[in-house]
Amino acid sequence: MSNRFTRRGVIKTGAVAGGALALPTIFTSQARAFTNEPTGDTVTLGFNVPQSGAYADEGADQLRAYELAVEHLNGTGADNGMLETFKYADGSPTALTGNGILGKRVEYVTGDTQTNTDAARASARSMIEKDGATLITGGSSSGPAVAVQALCQEAGVIFMAGLTHANDTTGKDKRANGFRHFFNSYMSGAALAPVLEAAYGNDRKAYYLTADYNWGYTTEQAITEATEAMGWETVNKVLTPVGQGDFSSYITPVLQSGADTLVLVHYGGDMVNSLTNAVQFGLREAQANGKDFQIIVPLFSRLMARGAGENIKGIFGSTNWHWSLPDEGSQAFTRSFGTKYGFPPSQAAHTVYCQTLLYADAVERAGSFNPCAVVEALETGDGLPGIDSPSNTGFVFDGLGNGPTLYRAGDHQCFKDVLVVKGKEEPESEFDLLEIVEVTPTEQVWYEPDHPQFAGGQLGECNPGA
Amino acid sequence: MDAIILQILNGLDKGSAYALIALGLTLIFGTLGVVNFAHGVLFALGAFCAVAIQGLFSTSFETIDETRTDFLGNPLKVQTPYVEAWFGETMGGVLLDWSVPIAILLAVPVMALVGLAMERGLIKHFYKRPHADQILVTFGLAIVLQQIIKYFFGANPIAVPAPDVFQGSFDFGVMLGFDPFTIMYPYWRIVYFGFALAVIAAIFAFLQFTTFGMVVRAGMADRETVGLLGINIGRRFTIMFAIAAIVAGLAGVMYTPIVAPNYDMGMNFLVLSFVVVVVGGMGSLPGAVLAGFLLGIIESFASMSAVIELIPGINQVIIYLVAIVVLLVRPRGLLGRKGVMED
Repeated sequence: MSNRFTRRGVIKTGAVAGGALALPTIFTSQARAFTNEPTGDTVTLGFNVPQSGAYADEGADQLRAYELAVEHLNGTGADNGMLETFKYADGSPTALTGNGILGKRVEYVTGDTQTNTDAARASARSMIEKDGATLITGGSSSGPAVAVQALCQEAGVIFMAGLTHANDTTGKDKRANGFRHFFNSYMSGAALAPVLEAAYGNDRKAYYLTADYNWGYTTEQAITEATEAMGWETVNKVLTPVGQGDFSSYITPVLQSGADTLVLVHYGGDMVNSLTNAVQFGLREAQANGKDFQIIVPLFSRLMARGAGENIKGIFGSTNWHWSLPDEGSQAFTRSFGTKYGFPPSQAAHTVYCQTLLYADAVERAGSFNPCAVVEALETGDGLPGIDSPSNTGFVFDGLGNGPTLYRAGDHQCFKDVLVVKGKEEPESEFDLLEIVEVTPTEQVWYEPDHPQFAGGQLGECNPGA
Repeated sequence: MDAIILQILNGLDKGSAYALIALGLTLIFGTLGVVNFAHGVLFALGAFCAVAIQGLFSTSFETIDETRTDFLGNPLKVQTPYVEAWFGETMGGVLLDWSVPIAILLAVPVMALVGLAMERGLIKHFYKRPHADQILVTFGLAIVLQQIIKYFFGANPIAVPAPDVFQGSFDFGVMLGFDPFTIMYPYWRIVYFGFALAVIAAIFAFLQFTTFGMVVRAGMADRETVGLLGINIGRRFTIMFAIAAIVAGLAGVMYTPIVAPNYDMGMNFLVLSFVVVVVGGMGSLPGAVLAGFLLGIIESFASMSAVIELIPGINQVIIYLVAIVVLLVRPRGLLGRKGVMED
């Protein structure tokens, strides 16, 4: 009689037994209505920000804002920040009471995007699969934003984008599970053009140095189209590698090209370096075509302005938000952030704080963490008053620092006022670097979802996963 | 014509940095036979000496000015730099303004110490190991040092301006009879080029005209024989390592007004400097200098928009193309000794 306990037999039995043991968890995960449905008394949010790489300072500021948002949502902060000022279109306060989200205490995990598409996807995936995050949010570059948004769509969680300015995020790469509070390239062009025309006239020859990735392309396109419409001529467009360091060999041909205006489509460290080079090579003192030479930086941030130092003075650009805005929401946020950290928040911090509150409120209104319910909550509403367009529908809110704002149902892009700013000539403090030149009203930066700069993508259906 | 002159000028300052870093690399390879992948980060350390000096000179104490308010509406805390309080406003301002040149005083001892610590503490143990091991350990060290810099100074670039007198540009065009504003060249880059030439001259003079230098050269040619003559060549080579570190550090200090330093600036320079060493000839000091300037200028020309339009992306690969051609045609490099890297 052979021994019944053969090695093969034991392994087989083990495998069957293991499978049987695993079955209940398989069933429970199938029983969930959607990916990462929170079952306990807490809910986990995933903050995916650059903690290393070129935009790490932006990422660090985002994390500070997230921490503050979590404190405010849980009611454990020193004050309630913008929870106090956040309200609906009819002026009524939101459902957020400082009691977590749907009564569940908010917890969070963080990931490092490294400002790199692959790393951003990997950290988002890990937070979804390992930590059970119901929301992925954050980031400071459009490359990773588009990649993570697509991942969240497949995984069935909501993505609330951080600082991403390329048209693509809510244009050709838009996804039903993804939402962007930050403004975009088109809006920068539309807001900047009239200010530039007033300051520099309508007879200018512009030279573009453009960061070689999706944000650079859409921003260059938006600014050229907006300025050419008012009579400017585009002399040359040159793509520059990200992380170039010394831009001198790109800067020196500018004066010989016949251009009298340089548009630097660079962000973060690249912008600091290219602007510094341009100033060093005397562009700001130069004369061309009988005019003073001018430099324009379409997307500004205060963190960048700090890096560029003196060189930023008098240069026009656009920004999503600035701490010196006088409205109630901006003041509440600046006070709350400034008291906790000792310096004012950046636009990167502001946008992610807003995104966290907007998500929490949408869940409250939907009564569920189900991504499809959240999408519906953010898509439902009458739209902004004063804008006559069939696409003007979606959730409208106010009190988060940019005036009445629409989350447009058609493409999940926020529509709100855009700030045109200028490097301040005489700063009163180390934070006082940008001066608000104009608050461009929403009507002026409005476009239809099928605008050529955004065409090509489909929002598709929301995906609850599971 | 004016465009060509401009790109040559442009190439000179980049070439200066390449030449200085490559010179250090060659010194180390020629003396110790070690391929030092941490050399780029030594350049960055130098740059951050300037950042540190600027930070030190701007270190301030707070006084509360009740008449003004800060961004939160609280009484304004006025920051006064200690140097201004101690030496008076004028002198304090001058110190802060000249922080880049002053940083040289800090960079020399710091870089010497870092160089000695690196060589004695780590690289010494890898002399008899294959080059691959040396590359791995020095590369690892570079990553560690980089992260240390990031820990203290953050990830964003920090602007360190040149002294006021060197701000602005010189109009070469007018001097050469072109229209104004056609050939503008920043004063500081002229200073940098001059500084690089001075450092290179000093190193060559040191090796050529001092007994120490003579022994080192002898050791580079035939280490064993020099050792047999009873000379402690190892100690001299350690000192050469420190000197190479100082050269890289000085190149970094003076480079800060050209490109705002950030923690990973060294890596960009490292790879290019290796190419420079290979093109110039492994172990050849004049080769490193020549190739440094040559590649700097070639890279500048490849970045001209007329050239990029002709061959898109050429500016990104030109240096490597040159390296490939040199390695195929003349594997020992431009001025390399016969036999080196040819076996």
